[in-house]
Amino acid sequence: MSAERMENGGGGVLKTFVWFWNKAGILVVFLLVCAILAVMTGGLFLRPENILNIVRQVSIHGVVAVGMTMVILFGLIDLSVGSIIAFSGILAAALQVKWMKGQNELWMFAVAVFVALAAGAAVGFFNGFVSTKAKIHPFIITLGTMSIFRGVTLLIGNARPITGMTPLFRRIGADEIKWDWLPFVIPYPVIIFLVCVAIAHFVLRKTSFGRSIYAIGGNPEAAYLSGIMVDRVKILTYTILGVLSSVSGLILTSRLNSGQMTAGQGYEMDIITGVVIGGTSMLGGEGSVLGTLLGVLLIGVIQNGMNLMGVQPYWQTIVKGGIIILAVLMDRLKRAFQTD
Amino acid sequence: MAENDVVLRFEGASKRFPGVLALSDVAFDVRRGSVHALVGENGAGKSTLIKILTGVHRQSSGRVLYNGADLNFNNPHEALLAGITAIYQELNLVPTLTVAENVFLGHPPKASAGTVDWRAMRVMAGDLLKFLEVDIDPGALVRTLGVARKQVVEIAKALSMDARVIIMDEPTAAIPKKEIDTLFRIIRTLRERGVTIIYISHHLDEVFTIADAVTVLRDGRVVDTMPTAELDEAELIRLMVGRELTEQYPYHPAKPGAEALRVEGLARKGVLKNISFSLRAGEVVGVSGMVGSGRTELLRAIYGVDPVSSGSVYVGGAARRFAAPRDAIEAGIALLPEERKTGGLVLLLSVMDNIGLPSLKKLSTRGVMRDKDLTRTSERMRDLMNIKTPSLKQRVMNLSGGNQQKVVLGKWFARDPKVYLFDEPTRGIDVGAKVEIYNLMNRLKEEGAAILMVSSELPEILGMSDRVLVMREGEIAGELGRGELSQERVLKLAIGGESIGRKTAVD
Repeated sequence: MSAERMENGGGGVLKTFVWFWNKAGILVVFLLVCAILAVMTGGLFLRPENILNIVRQVSIHGVVAVGMTMVILFGLIDLSVGSIIAFSGILAAALQVKWMKGQNELWMFAVAVFVALAAGAAVGFFNGFVSTKAKIHPFIITLGTMSIFRGVTLLIGNARPITGMTPLFRRIGADEIKWDWLPFVIPYPVIIFLVCVAIAHFVLRKTSFGRSIYAIGGNPEAAYLSGIMVDRVKILTYTILGVLSSVSGLILTSRLNSGQMTAGQGYEMDIITGVVIGGTSMLGGEGSVLGTLLGVLLIGVIQNGMNLMGVQPYWQTIVKGGIIILAVLMDRLKRAFQTD
Repeated sequence: MAENDVVLRFEGASKRFPGVLALSDVAFDVRRGSVHALVGENGAGKSTLIKILTGVHRQSSGRVLYNGADLNFNNPHEALLAGITAIYQELNLVPTLTVAENVFLGHPPKASAGTVDWRAMRVMAGDLLKFLEVDIDPGALVRTLGVARKQVVEIAKALSMDARVIIMDEPTAAIPKKEIDTLFRIIRTLRERGVTIIYISHHLDEVFTIADAVTVLRDGRVVDTMPTAELDEAELIRLMVGRELTEQYPYHPAKPGAEALRVEGLARKGVLKNISFSLRAGEVVGVSGMVGSGRTELLRAIYGVDPVSSGSVYVGGAARRFAAPRDAIEAGIALLPEERKTGGLVLLLSVMDNIGLPSLKKLSTRGVMRDKDLTRTSERMRDLMNIKTPSLKQRVMNLSGGNQQKVVLGKWFARDPKVYLFDEPTRGIDVGAKVEIYNLMNRLKEEGAAILMVSSELPEILGMSDRVLVMREGEIAGELGRGELSQERVLKLAIGGESIGRKTAVD
């Protein structure tokens, strides 16, 4: 009884706030945070090299977040992305430094990239296939593959990083587009990220595959009864996320010039937070890649701001944890107000 | 009847839900220590009545007296404390706990230290089971028991709460025939102890075997309350259905064409048995039967949702095997599911997206949607189906029930299927929208589609069908042509009229 009254009484303000958040919340918060950081860091935050730094960093998360958006649109999750990043990275590194040593550089580059992407696709396929066919929640399956492929990475690298990529491979993460008429440079990772966003946006909005994802996320039963092959769509989506995780792994390995054992560890946290903050519902059926773009940027900006202000890393972890809980809370409120 | 003898009294009780009058001016008495049966068709108001007694709902007007005082429960727990318990078909037991723990779930006997007195619990549970004369080990895990024994545990649980009124909702539906006698013996034992049993069943032979009195409900009203001794089955059936058809159904006679769908020997273990029938283009075939008779399951089996153990499906004369709904859809079949909100629509998506859902392949070129075609199709369906929506981009969740159902119809109509499987096509929608849906059915008929229509509403079945298949316990109990249709005949087949009194035990 009293709970009911509270909901009714407080509904007005809360409802307005939630409505506002739905419409423009993320963009406003993003601009607000930027403005605050600009002031608090005495302009340091706005300097071109800092912004370049942020977008480069964000791209590595962002590529994965694009695929994660699709998975979360089902109302599902993938925890193994960080391990796929490390696994594909170590494969690319080992190929260049150990297994194909001294061969033609272009050939090595092609094989490294192909093998890494194929490996990501395979893990993603496994995640999707086992969880749909055995009807086990992907949370469990990907928790398993997360551990398995972290272990495989350690095995391949013999627990030591593999360094010394070929110059061509290093360009993926280090090079950038420089045009005279452009006042700034665009790093390759940023281009890769934006291309992924554009393609994913098109796929989700304009293709039958994309419509199927929204339908399954909204109501898998109705989607199935309407002739959508629910399992196939899910498996394909997990495979895509695997590939995108590998892309991220390639960029990271190239940037670090090294296949690291701990690469991508804990990334799933930032990635999922970015997606949810960007307005994609953990309950499935609602969300967009453009929201995710803003979401991961916001996370990147907050992280960068805390670095600039010298906030202890411990505090940073606490803040990020708080943000994800807040984001999911907002999502629930949104749904609660939607039904009436 | 002396006042003191009345345990429950309904005085003009009504229950109104938005748009529906579920109970209307209900009045009858239930005698203390009697077995009182409630009978009526699906949707006659039995469940609403139970829910009022168990504190789930409260009547909108009128009075319900329990032991002479107004029934005033805020929640089911208060009803339990007052001694009213309902035992449903889906039993409320925790399978991983023991029998004794289940019996005393929520109110375990306490030792002096405030901890659970396990020994006492076991002894007390054992006593209750002994009283019920059943041989169940109080220490056994509930999941190791069969349904009939689980039901006994539920009864023991009710007794442990000192239940004075026990409501049994279709208690024999899930238990083997040979266990029914045990149940009846227990019911008689309870009656001797002064416990009142409200017995709900559509097996009329059971009603005559066990009940002292029976109240017949129809369309939310009490038709009559009588001692069972003064009734016979034919009379009871007449009371259950004897209503004038108040609604006019826009029936158009069929001009049956070629065979559209044929089902031969379809079976699914424990659900469907040897189902054979055929459906011709341009006709509406109604499927009637009680809840649980396998009507919905039949549609799901044809549509490729549930696997079948044997039998074949022919569409347009060709044998087809459907591994998934997609195959059935490709073959020209459409399913309007029972629950449009869970099976028919994606509520979060727009009207347009829902209409396009079964046609994604048709409306795209190499995977890319042709937005213009989708818009055009949706506009055509909106106009044809008369879907009232401010915009095609409106989310379906914001539409009324009738308009939602029209969206479901529209999404299939856009594919132009040859066979429609309708499951409760007008459930929960207002009269105006119902008529619109009937008119659409006629239109489909004229255009040569075949319709198989499952409905719990007998008038709808009688009003719209060219033929009726009546199902009972997973089988087709009989087929009636339009000329031989009557409520009595359908109901007789549905509840086993022919075999009524399958060994009517004499008390």
